[in-house]
Amino acid sequence: MTLPELPTLPDGFVAIVKEDCPTCELIVPVLEQLASGTQLTVFTQDDPNFPGEIEDRQFDGDLAVSWHHDIETVPTLLAVENGKEVARTVGWSRSQWESITGVSHLGLDLPDHRPGCGSLSVDPSLSADLELRFGGSAMTARRVEFASLEDTHEALFDRGWTDGFPVVPPSEARVMAMLEGTTRSPEEIVASVPPDLVPCTVEKVAINAVMAGCRPEYLPVVLAGVEAVCTDTFNMHGLLATTMPHAPVLIVNGPIAEQIGMNSGNNALGQGNRANSTIGRAVQLVIRNVGGGRPGEVDRAAFGSPAKVGFCFAEREEDSPWLPISTMYGFSSGTNTVLAFPGEAPRNLVDQLSRDPDSLARTYAANLISIQHPKLVLGFDAILAVAPDHSRVFREAGWSREQLADRVNELTVRPGRELIRGAGNIPEGIPEAMEELDLPKFRPNGLHIVHCGGAAGLFSAIIGGWVNGEMGSDPVCVEITP
Amino acid sequence: MTKVLDPTNEATPADIPRVTRPESLDGLTVGLLDISKPRGDRFLDRIEERLVERGLRVERFRKPTFTKPAPVDLRHEIATKCDVVIEALAD
Repeated sequence: MTLPELPTLPDGFVAIVKEDCPTCELIVPVLEQLASGTQLTVFTQDDPNFPGEIEDRQFDGDLAVSWHHDIETVPTLLAVENGKEVARTVGWSRSQWESITGVSHLGLDLPDHRPGCGSLSVDPSLSADLELRFGGSAMTARRVEFASLEDTHEALFDRGWTDGFPVVPPSEARVMAMLEGTTRSPEEIVASVPPDLVPCTVEKVAINAVMAGCRPEYLPVVLAGVEAVCTDTFNMHGLLATTMPHAPVLIVNGPIAEQIGMNSGNNALGQGNRANSTIGRAVQLVIRNVGGGRPGEVDRAAFGSPAKVGFCFAEREEDSPWLPISTMYGFSSGTNTVLAFPGEAPRNLVDQLSRDPDSLARTYAANLISIQHPKLVLGFDAILAVAPDHSRVFREAGWSREQLADRVNELTVRPGRELIRGAGNIPEGIPEAMEELDLPKFRPNGLHIVHCGGAAGLFSAIIGGWVNGEMGSDPVCVEITP
Repeated sequence: MTKVLDPTNEATPADIPRVTRPESLDGLTVGLLDISKPRGDRFLDRIEERLVERGLRVERFRKPTFTKPAPVDLRHEIATKCDVVIEALAD
């Protein structure tokens, strides 16, 4: 791509202004003074007729001059010799303007100084377009053009790039703006994405994040999510290919959750929050588009689940009785992390009458036993999402997360004879050889207790896990980096 | 005209032609691959009996887990030792 030539500046003095700036309006008499005694050219960004009093004005409507000369504030006054800038001042300061121009008694009716306004060339809504137009693109993805008579949304569906919902068309300007969300360079490899095990760049993640509807500030979370699920430990290949309905469930911890507006409260596992809804979706679109993982192909899920569109939420840390769930994985409280857990859709658990921790633990145990099958134990982990109305009971009783998990595990222990194949006239179950053992539902650290949900409702929620360990998947927690 | 960036891996799949199917199994080595799904081994045991009855040479292989692709070394071993392979899916 050839870049437009750097617009040269006329010698003398150059002022860059916009009509929509009170300071620029204020200094029009100064510009008139300079125009009468010096070689002054005024570039105006928004209104070609401003300032009407100055004859030698040029319109910088495409902001080429402003962008190429790094104008961040209007008014900016430049001194130019042989096409080169030799001095600059921003805003209005009589002493500065007099010093640069060598003209005294400038704007004597004006205050001594007045700050300027933001230049249009750094306006956030325009900067991505300008960067693209003037800065050239470091992006290497293939450009795909749709005909003017093609409906863009239909064309995106037709190419198989969507999960069934509409996507935001990943224009170059949008992807460039998305890449502003990270300090990582576009060509950096994030992970090797299953099932095709394709090296995936930051740029490809950004493209899919645009499509998912992410804002640029979500990108670091999406990148961490992609990294987490594409590890051998998490085994995204198996999770995708399995006939079971599971998908990556992403739990965000640390201050970034609030900074990017994630929801950990009311309806945290549901719809309506842009960050929650789009971050999980972006990770899934990366699996689909970069990894080549599509339902009916490598994805062999018998049922699937709504979680497969994308499932992401934040832990409710502010009034949690427990340390962040990321501390289970060795991170300190306050670290920005994503925990990827191979889970299914959540289901609600009601206990509106228990007011002591042990009876609530009993309710949890009674419900958790049924994950996948009441006679299958140790092979599946679970998330237990505890809402504030329930967590209050544990806070008041001083129960730690470990204490609650230990008690639930203890309450799920059952004799092997009730669990073996054939017991209870059900062929499904654990191998006969385990008949003499007393077994809990979960392996050590298999139960993941997370604090989230709205302030009202004496409920908790269960998210059942996929096959755990070497045979299947282990949860993976990674730090989110800028 | 709308221009977008390709969200896919832009890879063209490698086109590897399949080995021609043999007319008969006579004199060939048959690989039996157990993917480690429960009871797949029972099916393969029976297949092995039948093949051995017919005087064929049989090699048994097992993937560490059905949830991950077969390790590359195992795939190479099967390809070098066997003329044909039977893989037992199970459930």
